[in-house]
Amino acid sequence: MTPNPRIERLLRELTPQVLGALVRRYGQFDMCEEAVQEALLAASLQWPEEGLPDNPRGWLVTVASRRLADQLRSESARRRREDSAAARMTVDQTMAPAPDEEQLADRDDTVTLLVLCCHPSLSQASQVALTLRAVGGLTTAEIARAFLVPESTMAQRISRAKQRIRATGTQFRMPPENELDERMTAVLHVLYLIFNEGYTSSSGPDLARGDLTWEAIRLTRAVFRLLPDDGEVAGLLALMLLTEARRPARTTPDGSLVPLAEQDRRRWNSGYIAEGVALISRTLTSAPLGQYQLQAAIAAIHDEAPTAQDTDWPQIVALYGLLQHRSPTPMVRLNRAVAVAMVHGPAAGLAMLDALDANDRIAGHHRLDAVRAHLLEMAGDLVAARSNYQKAARATTSMPEKRYLEARAAHLMDVEAD
Amino acid sequence: MKYMLMIYNNPATMQEMTDQERNGILTQVDMIMKELTESGELVGGEALADPSTAKTVRVRGGVETATDGPFAEAKEQLAGYLTVECETEARAIEIAARWPDAQYCAMEVRAVLDTAGMEM
Repeated sequence: MTPNPRIERLLRELTPQVLGALVRRYGQFDMCEEAVQEALLAASLQWPEEGLPDNPRGWLVTVASRRLADQLRSESARRRREDSAAARMTVDQTMAPAPDEEQLADRDDTVTLLVLCCHPSLSQASQVALTLRAVGGLTTAEIARAFLVPESTMAQRISRAKQRIRATGTQFRMPPENELDERMTAVLHVLYLIFNEGYTSSSGPDLARGDLTWEAIRLTRAVFRLLPDDGEVAGLLALMLLTEARRPARTTPDGSLVPLAEQDRRRWNSGYIAEGVALISRTLTSAPLGQYQLQAAIAAIHDEAPTAQDTDWPQIVALYGLLQHRSPTPMVRLNRAVAVAMVHGPAAGLAMLDALDANDRIAGHHRLDAVRAHLLEMAGDLVAARSNYQKAARATTSMPEKRYLEARAAHLMDVEAD
Repeated sequence: MKYMLMIYNNPATMQEMTDQERNGILTQVDMIMKELTESGELVGGEALADPSTAKTVRVRGGVETATDGPFAEAKEQLAGYLTVECETEARAIEIAARWPDAQYCAMEVRAVLDTAGMEM
């Protein structure tokens, strides 16, 4: 059976609503999540054959509730004791929509579910996997393919994550006001990780990973619809759109990386750029500043430059200054050094890198060596540039980066020989 | 990040072990495998047959030769591998340190190249 894209899309969109409705009614996030997956599978098999039901969401809630009742019954039989939830639940309740169904239908639980899936007791890999399954509606097999691990590995990761959440006794509701900021930061970080996982993948055999950018944008859009006044949500969505816009140009058909300055800008997605620029411009004037907004603003400047030479580097330096003030991470300082080199020359940038050598968090990192190589090349010191490209090529754990850095080093050897 | 944990041992040492020692190793290995499976960190792995069963293949000037025995002549040989996906390199090293062969010979921990990459 070939999957029907329209139905698959509808199912993914309905997933958090159906799961939210179930968890609200019956509690037991882990078992409800299992039941919803089974209902999604049933729908993806039946709907293409029999057509869409009149109320797809109601259909899924009913089927998932029935599966949940089955699960609870067999579990309580196995344990030889009455499970309180199973006891509370009558067959009638599972067969027909509950009286509060209409009221529940108005409610969108996406954000509450995201906050739950990004629970601080979970590892980042588990937060990502659980988010994609419980909120994104992806199957375990799809997630496993996207992360290049066996399905059994991914299944264990998800089931362990659900056990952990169950063990913490976390309730299905938004966290108290004083924890909300921190929890939302974790949610946005997970969405960003999902996006990056897809964006950094090469083309070709990794198409499944590329779909992750689309998933991340879809989920971030959903959060943005629910929290339109949150500047960082808008900033993250803008950042994703402005970055995704460049994807057609960032690799060659064989998967080689093309640096920003050498990308064919005609291949950038102008629709995403327009949407991202409008979003970030509006947000910067109305919301408190945050790191995703600043990164989106930097991406917007790159995207709006008709050629690499037209890039407004002084403004990028200023934005990195603001970003470094809020989050003085070595990566931000490294990127700022590149921008400074573009405005004040390579020597100024190289001097900033020397300060980073003393920083344990980035000393010996391949990106530091790669940036140094690039600035040395700009400065005309080709011998030192080549050895730094080689050093970076040895240190990276990414195949396309390794190839790019090795090619760069080899190119300098040719230049010297000429 | 995915890491390959390469298991090195000396087949001669393994043969001289008592049943008790051997069973102790198997129990330890089973325990680690169970833990890695449950945590969702285990990506794959295989145990290899004795190095004496290896064939080393070379092509020189378009001519293919296959000689008996492993590529590197050494007492210590690759005996198998695990691929794990861990949050940190420190965790991969911790798993390697608990693998019994770390006590008798050595484990080599190496990152697996990712097909993803950032523009430089």
